Amino acid sequence: MVAVIDSLRQQIATCEATLQDLHQQLAEAEHNQRQQERVLRKTKPLTTDPLDHDMNFGVPDDFRSEVFAVLDHEAEPQEQDESNKLGRWPLEKNEYRRYGRQLIMPEIGLQGQLRLRSSRVLVVGVGGLGCPAAAYLVGAGVGTVGLVDGDVVEESNLHRQILHSSARVGMTKVESAMVALNSLNPNVKLIPHILRLTPETAISIFKNYDLVLDCTDTPASRYLISDTCVLLGKTLVSASALRIDGQLMVLNNPPSPPGDPTGGPCYRCVFPKPPPPESVVSCGDGGILGPVVGVMGVLQALETIKVLTKKATGTEPAPADPPTLLIFSAYSNPMFRSIRLRSRKAKCTACSAQATISPQVLESGSLDYAQFCGSINPIDALTPQERISAESYAKLRSGVNPFTGTVSNKDNHILIDVRERVQFELCSIDGSVNIPFSTVSITPGLSLNPNTPSPGSNDMYVDENDWATQLRQTEKPIFVVCRLGNDSQLTVKKMKELGLNYGGKRFIGDIRGGLQAWREKVDAEFPEY
Amino acid sequence: MQNDEAVPITVEFSGGLEILFSNQKKYSLSLPSQDESGAPANVAFLVRHLCENVMKDPRKELFILDGTVRPGILVLINEADWELEGEDQYEVQKGDHIMFVSTLHGG
Ligand SMILES: [Zn+2]
Repeated sequence: MVAVIDSLRQQIATCEATLQDLHQQLAEAEHNQRQQERVLRKTKPLTTDPLDHDMNFGVPDDFRSEVFAVLDHEAEPQEQDESNKLGRWPLEKNEYRRYGRQLIMPEIGLQGQLRLRSSRVLVVGVGGLGCPAAAYLVGAGVGTVGLVDGDVVEESNLHRQILHSSARVGMTKVESAMVALNSLNPNVKLIPHILRLTPETAISIFKNYDLVLDCTDTPASRYLISDTCVLLGKTLVSASALRIDGQLMVLNNPPSPPGDPTGGPCYRCVFPKPPPPESVVSCGDGGILGPVVGVMGVLQALETIKVLTKKATGTEPAPADPPTLLIFSAYSNPMFRSIRLRSRKAKCTACSAQATISPQVLESGSLDYAQFCGSINPIDALTPQERISAESYAKLRSGVNPFTGTVSNKDNHILIDVRERVQFELCSIDGSVNIPFSTVSITPGLSLNPNTPSPGSNDMYVDENDWATQLRQTEKPIFVVCRLGNDSQLTVKKMKELGLNYGGKRFIGDIRGGLQAWREKVDAEFPEY
Repeated sequence: MQNDEAVPITVEFSGGLEILFSNQKKYSLSLPSQDESGAPANVAFLVRHLCENVMKDPRKELFILDGTVRPGILVLINEADWELEGEDQYEVQKGDHIMFVSTLHGG
């Protein structure tokens, strides 16, 4: 049976690799076809065109160029630039039509549209924020949009990363986004940067753009992007989202040189020190609601358009808005809140006169952003004797004790699942009992003095102790499982602190690798989420 | 805690910090008007008060580090960054709205 499963897994992996390859070939072929069509359109021989004679000999020049513009309304920017020299209007005919609804607004107008068209914007991260942000910027006619991302599209991205599609799972996010953006607005020049941003490459990529959007998902990338923007004098539109909350800031606005206190604050001014790594929660662990991150990405596009089209008053450049942090909380009322932020910090290591971060320091690679932000060491809280593999646990459930080889009753142990209730309800191992890790972690261990419960929280306090009390009713061995095998270790430790192992007489241990290992080694049908 | 010598304030948690505070986002509190040494209650005292009397979660390090709010948490006093108001030395006033916001990094 195991051999069959292995063989099937291998076949699936091979097919998936082939499929991924096909996706890439398709993207390439489609791209080549588009290129060819462009060339054909440019070099269309006049003699094959039934309108040829009339257009060349019977029609006034102005009218002729207009007709050609209509016939060729999907023309490429280069062609537009050429015909612009001849044309009467600052924008192409198709541009008037395409952008008409925003052109007639005083906030944009002709000058705004021309500014957008001549702007070069870099979107770093083509995920939940970057997809909607790029879609609206490309839709609005920003002339050049660069896309930075080193990841490939995964199925679990699709509920929020709206530029990608089911068929493009496995393709790089940058290529997938380019397919969607190109079909949305072929007039925009898209520049792919299929890589993960590093200190060594950031400056050379950023320097070709006017404004940067931080659509990434780690503290390290946020500091790197901010530092690079300060060094190059680029305004930064930064957003983030998790679960039901989002945050948005326009930083380094105006982008005055480091040391100039009139410039807007940078990310380091607002957050001089990174958060402890154990407090950083990813969307994969904490969850994310699609429209929440979507709202934040759309707001990034909005702020970008506002900055790019800001009107000068007389000869003075337009003053920048005072720095604020916009907080979005989907389940609060009101949902939006704007907070006044500080100005540049006098001792900021990036943007002040005392800054220590320079282009040389950055490009030398001597700034280790990953180390600056720290990382969580893999949890290794238990001894090998306190851990059991998923396979061994499966044997134990089938009645064979994996340690002694003796046959025993399958009901002779307790399986505790410490995932949060909402995850437990999605899927669980038969017979397991749910004690959420959040409940375990707020139960004071023996080393801590229990806090005096304040009025109103008594119910919760009783519940917290209840699980331990219940586990004291029996002496059956306890196995603890979680999603990946981290929280389960901490729970085993806590149970022992609470004396549930009766001084070593009762076995308490966890399943190594958690439910992920259970799915990989024992039950391939167990859902992956 | 409820006495004449108390300052009624609203405290709010956002960006996931509410998880450390029994999943309750908003608290109406009566803060003693003086700290342990008899000085007027300031934000530093409020932070200690929250940690000792309101926070049930034993993971104190996710809220406090080196005697002050840990890096990655913005403190907002009446909708403004506390850096504009004197940071933790700001003396808490009746009716103040003090918000603790954890930075998010997801995207
Ligand atoms: Zn700064």
